[in-house]
Amino acid sequence: MEISNAKQVINIDAKLTERINELLSHYPADKKKSALLPVLHEVQDAHDNWLSIELQDKVAEILEIKPIEVYEVVSFYTMFNQKPIGKYMFEFCRTSCCAIRGAENLMDYTCEKLGIKEGETTPDGMFTVVGVECLGACGYAPMMQLGDYYKEHLTKEKVDEIIEDCRNGKVNLH
Amino acid sequence: MARKILLEHANIPGIKTYEVYRQNGGYRSVEKAIKSMTPDEVVEEVKTSGLRGRGGAGFPTGMKWSFIDKKSGKPRHLVCNADESEPGTFKDRFLMEYIPHLLIEGMITSSYALGCNLSYIYIRGEYMWVYRILENAIKEAYAAGWLGKNILGSGYDLDLHVHCGAGAYICGEETALIESLEGKRGNPRIKPPFPAVSGLWANPTVVNNVESIAAVPWIVNNTGEEYAKIGIGRSTGTKLISASGHIKNPGVYEIELGLSVDEFMNSDEYLGGMMDDRPLKALVPGGSSVPILPAHLIYKNAEGGDRLMSYESLSEGGFQSGSMLGSGGFIVYNDTTCIVRNTWNFSRFYHHESCGQCSPCREGTGWMEKVLHRIETGHGREEDIELLWDIQRKIEGNTICPLGDAAAWPVAAAIRHFREEFEYHVRFPEKVKNRDHFVAEPFDKVRHLVAKQEI
Repeated sequence: MEISNAKQVINIDAKLTERINELLSHYPADKKKSALLPVLHEVQDAHDNWLSIELQDKVAEILEIKPIEVYEVVSFYTMFNQKPIGKYMFEFCRTSCCAIRGAENLMDYTCEKLGIKEGETTPDGMFTVVGVECLGACGYAPMMQLGDYYKEHLTKEKVDEIIEDCRNGKVNLH
Repeated sequence: MARKILLEHANIPGIKTYEVYRQNGGYRSVEKAIKSMTPDEVVEEVKTSGLRGRGGAGFPTGMKWSFIDKKSGKPRHLVCNADESEPGTFKDRFLMEYIPHLLIEGMITSSYALGCNLSYIYIRGEYMWVYRILENAIKEAYAAGWLGKNILGSGYDLDLHVHCGAGAYICGEETALIESLEGKRGNPRIKPPFPAVSGLWANPTVVNNVESIAAVPWIVNNTGEEYAKIGIGRSTGTKLISASGHIKNPGVYEIELGLSVDEFMNSDEYLGGMMDDRPLKALVPGGSSVPILPAHLIYKNAEGGDRLMSYESLSEGGFQSGSMLGSGGFIVYNDTTCIVRNTWNFSRFYHHESCGQCSPCREGTGWMEKVLHRIETGHGREEDIELLWDIQRKIEGNTICPLGDAAAWPVAAAIRHFREEFEYHVRFPEKVKNRDHFVAEPFDKVRHLVAKQEI
């Protein structure tokens, strides 16, 4: 995923600080770096689901590691976003088990309905659609990830419903 | 009805909570182990059980435990591998989601056996809601005194935490998982040293799959000898199988090892037969990395013997005519499936998930994906099939971790068993262009057409 020049307001508030400290307590005091992935998840969740360079620098400061140690991790793992994305990111599993149960056609349908191509975000910033590799829901295919949850046994009708629920603010992401 | 060990209590309402789990006999193995057994005695029970690692490799769990370095004086760690990411595999998620305390109980008993005071469950980042379930269950276990200082007044201390990954299949490889747990990219380490000597933070570490650890409470409660009576031969106990694809009843099943593939596929207790009663074309019995089997080798091996759901039976005939039980990711394909497209799909997966550390894997997976895509879309060349064969051979066995093998085997098996379908794509491109995704001509027809060159 490309790196963005977009700016981001960094907000490590008391609640987030408390959560980070809790996560740090799970590792020996001299192994703070081990908390990097869980901390990045929390920080990303609190910042519109993406991590600017400035925010990554902030994480490095918190964990007392070099910024490059954060950059190399953020760029390696697919769940960390390096540019702004839609409020609702539809991540369609497209690996074999989902694919043979119609995932690709369903993703095409979703893109068409939202007027975007795979990997793009709608102009209003509401939706992003991406194809991802196996999400471990093979028996419940086709499916997609939306925030912290899975939407399984999808049909066109279910996708329509999910889009509508997102537009009406009825979808819980975390 | 088949015997259940792991999912015995899965349908009890509220089993996710500590109270209900405890009311149904939960945490008895911790009590038994800590109060009446030495750590070595627990290890011996697991050895006696014959339990084999349920993540895919099938290495004996008790033997793995016995390798842990107890003489170094360093802290030891148990890390549960819950980074379930093998296409076709979704069994561990079921266990963690519905019976989280079973895994936690297994972690405590196993940590006691190994002499660990700090253990982790490393779960794939996408399973975030399962992460929260585990986090909550761990809090309950701490509150009830099963974790923390001086468990059951024994002087034994254990801290257990759940740690989330962030979307990288390679982190299911044990040394990559350790790297990731240390806050780094998931690049596998060269072995030796093995984690049992130098693992997490260079301390002796055992990495076990969720299902393996979840079997430990039953083994400790009922003895390894009783566990070894279940199953067949060296495939002892029960196994979770996650079934998907063109079948009537996809889902997670606990089977006694040794069940026939025929019964698993076709009885109503299990998969209920093929979806829409279409003919069976192929099967991947153990997750995407194991060789695909064509219909005639699914129920019978090459010698005509019954194929059973066991480590040995599924691999009979080697890779020429067999496959592997692997992780138990059972993917079924009917006659409409285009094997070339499916192989390309798997190759895309492995290319995407290669960590990029070893050249054969980094370059080879991408190259295979490219060639397969070319063939699948009707732009293949006659020599592409040999090229694919050549590439996969140059990847296999030439990488630090088994991801290279995992990427090579599906390609090799697909060419071995469905070569005519590849040839059909190359020779008759107009037939494969502009099709709906994944739809194939019946394989018998393809084979006939290629042989006769009639199109």
